[in-house]
Amino acid sequence: MEISSNQLLRFSTAGSVDDGKSTLIGRLLYDSKSIFEDQLAAIAKTSKQKGHEGIDLALFTDGLRDEREQGITIDVAYRYFTTPKRKFIIADTPGHIQYTRNMVTGASTANAAIILIDARHGVIEQTKRHAFIASLLHIPHVIVCINKMDLVDFKEEAYDRILRQFEEFSSKLLVTDIRFIPISALLGANVVNHSDSMPWYRGAPLLHTLENLHISSDINKVDARFPVQTVLRPQSEDYLDYRGYAGRVASGVFRKGDEITALPSGFTSKIKRIDLSDTEIEEAYAPMSVTLLLEDDIDIGRGDMIVRSKNQPNITQDVEVMLCWLNDKPARPRAKYAIRHTTNEQKAIIKQVIYKIDINTLSRKTDDFEIGMNDICKVMIRTTKPLMIDSYRDNRASGSIILIDENTNETVAAGMVL
Amino acid sequence: MSRYYLNYLDELESEAIYVLREVWAQFQNPVILFSGGKDSIVLTHLAKKAFWPCRIPFSLLHVDTGHNFPETLQFRDDLIDTLELRLIVGSVQESIDKGRVVEEKGKSATRNVLQITTLLDAIELHKVDCAIGGGRRDEEKARAKERFFSHRDDFGQWDPKNQRPELWNLFNGKHFEGEHFRVFPISNWTEMDVWNYIKREEISIPLLYLAHQREVVWRNDSWIPNSEFLTLGPDEEVETKKIRFRTLGDITITGGMESNADTLEKIVQEVAGMKQTERGNRTDDKRSEAAMEDRKKQGYF
Repeated sequence: MEISSNQLLRFSTAGSVDDGKSTLIGRLLYDSKSIFEDQLAAIAKTSKQKGHEGIDLALFTDGLRDEREQGITIDVAYRYFTTPKRKFIIADTPGHIQYTRNMVTGASTANAAIILIDARHGVIEQTKRHAFIASLLHIPHVIVCINKMDLVDFKEEAYDRILRQFEEFSSKLLVTDIRFIPISALLGANVVNHSDSMPWYRGAPLLHTLENLHISSDINKVDARFPVQTVLRPQSEDYLDYRGYAGRVASGVFRKGDEITALPSGFTSKIKRIDLSDTEIEEAYAPMSVTLLLEDDIDIGRGDMIVRSKNQPNITQDVEVMLCWLNDKPARPRAKYAIRHTTNEQKAIIKQVIYKIDINTLSRKTDDFEIGMNDICKVMIRTTKPLMIDSYRDNRASGSIILIDENTNETVAAGMVL
Repeated sequence: MSRYYLNYLDELESEAIYVLREVWAQFQNPVILFSGGKDSIVLTHLAKKAFWPCRIPFSLLHVDTGHNFPETLQFRDDLIDTLELRLIVGSVQESIDKGRVVEEKGKSATRNVLQITTLLDAIELHKVDCAIGGGRRDEEKARAKERFFSHRDDFGQWDPKNQRPELWNLFNGKHFEGEHFRVFPISNWTEMDVWNYIKREEISIPLLYLAHQREVVWRNDSWIPNSEFLTLGPDEEVETKKIRFRTLGDITITGGMESNADTLEKIVQEVAGMKQTERGNRTDDKRSEAAMEDRKKQGYF
């Protein structure tokens, strides 16, 4: 079994019970043989109690007691499966508008998003919302699964019509890679195996698509950014002169000998050595956790960013951000929040709300500046000290922020730098 | 271009190291919850890598039910000697003696639930503000909803419906006095990943994980090891079998499985073909459908 070179792919799914989302995930897990016998036995028992015929695959994704009782997904649940080609992490998120924040959370780390459409109903408001969130969070790959094809007699016309509907509104979105697959999660058609019922579909089944998405270039490999987490200074005699900057490469590549600048101070130096734990390496790239050692003894600490001198981010106290409000307490105008950007933490105020987005129509509202739970809006933020930022479109890792309410310590908002 | 990507084990390792370094940066007094099981051993190994060449900046906290595999205790003591770490022991026996908890009665009595009180007492006594655990989201359905940084109120309780949103890798560990966090650096690992990693990194583990001859009793569909704490039922008898353990916990409830896998290679092969979940042999999870969720809310690992 050769697994050592396999990649990890994270994808999110959004949808409600009716879309067949749980059934689809259950199907992927079941057909990829990721479900154990004792789990299967437990599900079979519950299916029988509920009077279902056969095994209800949707039950695999039931989580908390409240979710089981109400038959809904409330929070993000993470699921895992592996094929001989890849390891997969599914962020299984709810689809209903009141759980927008959970969808945003699940989408934030995803390489790919699966959007489910019921073939009988076509593109509905919820579909647009899911596609918008995928675009907002800049998920590199979107796979639109047109589900329940069995209920429209596997007809190509039904598929074509939905495809056109989707393309019509998605032209406004910023998604570079969209694919469409007609499936029946219930029957397993085009999920893992090709379906004989839809000979007109010549594309790959879902799993094959997921296994072959090109994800190596999803991370920015151009702009070298290294947010410092902590400084390693051993007390032992063997390493008296060791001063290492520990962190995870956010993007780009660092090589031994590179000329670097430490921000915000602007001091320059060269990379003397790169350690991957106790092994010295020649180059480090995202998302490796490494330790950088520099030629010169300069003052660098947590929250600073080491970058290649020839390629630097914007250093600014005024940040234009697309903000998603995550807390049930609305935003307080002019109030001070803690802002986290990479490992850097400062204070910030929301200076101005530029517009709010109606998530169902995708239209801008410029007459309503209240920010409440699940609202998405463009704002200007002013920070007490400069942040070293890139635009989120160019660089997810150095273009994302969260706001924390220091009265409650809760994470109240997530933002994408424009 | 394709040269610049990590394979999945490297990516999981890098993620865990990042999380451990965030813990060090964001908390005053973090500890590693150490059970002697493979997940906490992997966690300790990752901490070693995260802070090299510094010593691991965390103490180990072991909640001792008093019902141990002697091998586990020996392993624990050797490990803290090698790594020069401080060990904190929270003793369930002490909690019972002090009247903090009352021992369950009957044949199926366990000290599993009692650990919660001992754990929370130890956290309070030692002013721990972050307990790093080896919990994985693939283990159990309540764990699938767990955050990397999981907030606990000043009663040590988890509120699964009111968890902090966790986006990108921006972890928010802010807390008030008396509250603490549970942090799970290997959240995204599966059992298979753990074994592949142990094999790749040549991490030493208690020999209990490898197939060996042992006296056992058939109970609740698994082989429970014979020990001084075991009370035999009228129909039960002690047999000698070649078994290994998939998880290690309290000796009275940790079931073994018959196996010939006596090397790491064989274990990896065996796990790949496994048809039962690893907690399938844990009596503690079989009590009810929401057994884990309920214990977690109260402050369980």
